[in-house]
Amino acid sequence: MLQRRGFSALLYDRIVPIGVVVAVIVVLWYGFAVLLNAQFERDQAARAKTEITTSQLIERTLSQDRPLLPAPHQVVREIWDTTVMKKITSKRSLVYHGWITLSSTLLGFLMGTVLGISLAVAIVHSKVLDRSLMPWIIVSQTVPILAIAPVIIVVLNAIGISGLFPKALISTYLSFFPVAVGMVKGLRSPDVMHLDLMRTYNSSAAQVFWKLRWPASVPFLFTSMKVAVAISLVGAIVGEMPTGAVAGLGARLLSGSYYGQTIQIWSALFSAAVLAAVLVMLVDLVSRIVLRRMGMAQ
Amino acid sequence: MNTQILAVAVAFWLVAWLVNTWLVGLRPTNGFVAKTINLMIPLLFGVALLVLWEGVIKGFDVSKVLMPAPSMVWARITSSVDILWADFYQTYMKAVLAGYAMGCGSGFIAAVIVDRVPFLRKGLLPIGNLVAALPVVGIAPIMIMWFGFDWQSKAAVVVVMTFFPMLVNTVAGLTASGNMERDLMRTYASNYWQTLVKLRIPAAMPFIFNALKINSTLALIGAIVAEFFGTPIVGMGFRISTEVGRMNIDMVWAEIFVAALAGSLSYGLLALLERAVTFWHPSYR
Repeated sequence: MLQRRGFSALLYDRIVPIGVVVAVIVVLWYGFAVLLNAQFERDQAARAKTEITTSQLIERTLSQDRPLLPAPHQVVREIWDTTVMKKITSKRSLVYHGWITLSSTLLGFLMGTVLGISLAVAIVHSKVLDRSLMPWIIVSQTVPILAIAPVIIVVLNAIGISGLFPKALISTYLSFFPVAVGMVKGLRSPDVMHLDLMRTYNSSAAQVFWKLRWPASVPFLFTSMKVAVAISLVGAIVGEMPTGAVAGLGARLLSGSYYGQTIQIWSALFSAAVLAAVLVMLVDLVSRIVLRRMGMAQ
Repeated sequence: MNTQILAVAVAFWLVAWLVNTWLVGLRPTNGFVAKTINLMIPLLFGVALLVLWEGVIKGFDVSKVLMPAPSMVWARITSSVDILWADFYQTYMKAVLAGYAMGCGSGFIAAVIVDRVPFLRKGLLPIGNLVAALPVVGIAPIMIMWFGFDWQSKAAVVVVMTFFPMLVNTVAGLTASGNMERDLMRTYASNYWQTLVKLRIPAAMPFIFNALKINSTLALIGAIVAEFFGTPIVGMGFRISTEVGRMNIDMVWAEIFVAALAGSLSYGLLALLERAVTFWHPSYR
């Protein structure tokens, strides 16, 4: 097979295929928008006892106020209106809601990563913890924690803790797991030869940890952090729902669904998607830089 | 404050810890004894945690509105089995199972197609990877608008949530068979479908089971969270959100217990199935 290099590789292996698939999705989306919203327009026309031509029908289905499925351009316009055209301190600004979600995501991600690393360090160094705690860490993830989110938030509210911290706690619970599991693997990844070498140097447990185990686990840490940051965002969004839809992307989703504002739901969903993509890419970027500086770049 | 109960609970926890330390140190030669010990250690740890929880709640007189003791939750479970069963049936048997089967099945079929067409692999996989990292639960309100309040909308959320992990993992798995084995299949003059069914899909099984396991928890989460947005008056998510509002926290914990039990059981079942199907894999030999 022909091996392409440089820009033409980028063009033919990434931009063209992804572009085509995205274009197909957008076309399908318009098709479904017309299809799903057509019933409403036909009903309206029948009620007004007027005939409606196909071109009129298509035009109207793509510009409804509360469509079953908003057309892409409506969502884009809504996002533009609520990000660029509004002051970012306004309660109608998506930037304001996005920032609230982002701050609890980041706090939860940070706490989750620290918790995950500490658990992994403890598990690697204590046989008892390994055998007794590790199974429960795995069971802990079969508990649908998102389901407990309302309990945690309401309970913490009752004892006077509200705002950022309870939401961040849910993100923490979700994000500690991939980090803990990945780090246990990573801290155990140095092979026996290296561990034996450290023993011949008469190095202490702390030295083995800092000079061998910790550096060896860094690639594992970043892989898990990519997963962790994405589910931190999910945790933060779900955590915003039970507090009565005050602020944040989750609140936008919920209030949108209460009042049938579909365009608002879709724009909140898209900003959440962009936020998730940016966060994952940022972690990926940091991991590339760090791994290159450590001499571990692939 | 009741110091005695607290002291007993802490003492129990310490004793359990010491017993575990002793158990870990044992080197039994008998296989059956070793298995029992392996099971005993986490069980003892779990029981000790429950006792500590009970002790702290009773010891500090924590209000039952904030956090019920395990004994209260258990009493609630045994006294309202019928409600729990109805909720479980609505959420798990209807929404989760239907959505899980459709989502995993279509993800698998899509993966086989994507694998066949290199152009799709280049174009669709990056998007699949992106969507797998997105907060998909957010589509719940949209699905409820499209498919109504009953279990169908929850199943739809589960389908979307489980589709992409299955797609991404299966595509990765289909490349897992080695060149040597594929060459061997070619020397047998086997065609595409024979190679797929006899070599590549079996080789992809560890990846497929990985996706099935990830999806089993995702599906439960998706169905429960989707019920927060609107549901008939039965279902685990519905019960959790209404009982939180009525400050019946013990009922909420009872639902959480059922959810955790269902999640662990399905995970365990999948693990057993995986062991039976991928008996050849190095991690089981």
